[in-house]
Amino acid sequence: MAPRSSPDGYGPKTLFEKIWETHRIDTGTSGAGLVAIDRVFLHERTGAAALKSMAAAGRPVRDPARVFAVMDHIVDTRIGRGDGTLMEGGSAFITETRAAAKAAGITLFDVNDPDQGITHVISPELGIVLPGVTLVAPDSHTCTQGALGALAWGIGSSEAEHAMATGTLRIEKPRTMRVTFTGQLAPGVTAKDMALALIAAHGAGGGAGHAVEFAGEAVEALDIEARMTLCNMATEFSAMAGFIAPDAKTFEYLAGRRYAPANFDDPYWQTLSTDEGATFDTEIEIDAASLAPMVSWGTSPQHSMPIDGAVPQGPERAHQYIDLAPGTAMLGTPIDVAFVGSCTNARLSDLRRAAALVKGRKVAASIKKAMVVPGSSAVKRAAEAEGLDTIFTEAGFEWRASGCSLCFFAGGERFPEGSRTISSTNRNFEGRQGPGIRTHIASPETVIASAVAGVIADPRELAKESAQ
Amino acid sequence: MTPFTTLTSVAVPILRDNVDTDAIIPSREMKSTGRTGLAEGLFAPWRYSDVAARTPDPTFELNMPEARGGQVILGGANFGCGSSREHAVWALVEYGIRCVIAESFAPIFRANCIRNGVLPITLPRTDVDALAWQEITVDLPAQTVTAGATTHSFTIEDEPRTMLLEGLDVIDLTLKALPAIEAWTDADRTARPWVYLEKTA
Repeated sequence: MAPRSSPDGYGPKTLFEKIWETHRIDTGTSGAGLVAIDRVFLHERTGAAALKSMAAAGRPVRDPARVFAVMDHIVDTRIGRGDGTLMEGGSAFITETRAAAKAAGITLFDVNDPDQGITHVISPELGIVLPGVTLVAPDSHTCTQGALGALAWGIGSSEAEHAMATGTLRIEKPRTMRVTFTGQLAPGVTAKDMALALIAAHGAGGGAGHAVEFAGEAVEALDIEARMTLCNMATEFSAMAGFIAPDAKTFEYLAGRRYAPANFDDPYWQTLSTDEGATFDTEIEIDAASLAPMVSWGTSPQHSMPIDGAVPQGPERAHQYIDLAPGTAMLGTPIDVAFVGSCTNARLSDLRRAAALVKGRKVAASIKKAMVVPGSSAVKRAAEAEGLDTIFTEAGFEWRASGCSLCFFAGGERFPEGSRTISSTNRNFEGRQGPGIRTHIASPETVIASAVAGVIADPRELAKESAQ
Repeated sequence: MTPFTTLTSVAVPILRDNVDTDAIIPSREMKSTGRTGLAEGLFAPWRYSDVAARTPDPTFELNMPEARGGQVILGGANFGCGSSREHAVWALVEYGIRCVIAESFAPIFRANCIRNGVLPITLPRTDVDALAWQEITVDLPAQTVTAGATTHSFTIEDEPRTMLLEGLDVIDLTLKALPAIEAWTDADRTARPWVYLEKTA
């Protein structure tokens, strides 16, 4: 079988341009590009709304085999869960999404399906996302999946209906940006810190209007799961998508997974990179070796800082909400709650690193609640097979079933009002994890170090103690 | 979708940067699985001093007497960032908002606006600031915002402009291109067979 020939036109191309040109459908008329969509993923928070609205309009899903749905946002994460949730009215999202998914004939990973998990964790696990494909979901963190070399982005419910009904989306071509991380990360500094450092330096709107390729020595050195963490936060940078060119690690990770090709021998796959000499509309370079573990101090991901620094001057409202004045040292700030979970940082590698740090230690007595929520049921099983759950529970963490959980507050389960939270999630917005909750986002390592200390703590110090 | 042509309204300033969709409609306020019943939750964390009791906070701009009947809100940079939830726009529409003027928008929120008949206008921050509490006229065909003797021009791409002006159902529009989509798909099945899955479940 002949691979698709090189993209239209001449000269070097960026990876984005190659994927875009492969998917652009010429309708012979002017207007925004009509772009073919290879995969759609739904979850129960927004899936029922989209599917029900389509059914009401009498529109079938064009190719149900390429549409997937999962229960992750509202599903309870307490062990032994069913359709019931603590959120008032929450079970309707589950039952109605189930019914609508069955009626539409799409593939559903249901509440206690062995493949259930957070969309952006299970899609790579099952090989649903592939290099070079377009994948959309009504979830802003769909950009996570760009780590596999796909063009993956978040859309609204109406656009999800459009993608399912037509196999396409009408979108304006974004500009291209390359963010190059030169050098190597220091020990104890992670992909999460790279993402937070980028957003702190260039703003939560810094990527607006752009499809962002992450590149450079430090990115190439990341394992596939860490690449997902980096791409996950492209939406917090306001980028349309974040992605990384596939390499040998990518193909090795995906080969033979359920929905992926058995192998990636076809020469087509080697074309999926940015050509030498291709130009981007915007280039940003960051010295990865200069980065420290990062933590957010305010109410936007751009309010992030090196953990050993002092809180900078920001908007007054952010200082008031988070109750930290400019000049305050972040280290030593007392915390109430610790959370390891979410599509950012709840993969097996995250849990392994977190468990290695907490092993033989205890969560500080002052901590009111500490939780670990695996990113997927497969991650949960694998972690339990390695005994990670025991390490966490002996340290004082609750061990949960998989889902989005308290990455956001959906109205049921909650942290105590006003709690200061150290969290491996991606958003520190006002009230994001519950009314009055003050969220500090950081790597899982920083969550563990802080949970053990009872105050915001540098994971590099704890790692040194472990090594001694 | 209701077409958008011109609109005259007070411009209600919510002039903060990075207004996120959690602030516009918190997850816990998305109580139905449909697109309605959301207006009461609009800006709930800022609009109510006691969210459970629905006690209005008089210091929040939308609660001020001069905001009554306002159909335009003003925002800072990166308005609508965060979650992709279209409920944020559905809540705005149900409340009566038809236009948001901001320094910049988060991309998913902006696309959601256009799909729901809400006009997103980008203007420089000083111009946005100057519109606060003014009686303004938004003219989409002319692509202008007028406040008193001052007129600001804005740009919007042709396709969203047409969609808003005509209240088009975009899916119907795209389905007219079905022959081109089918021809593309047939060729692509040969080029990238791995994209096309068989139903397994």
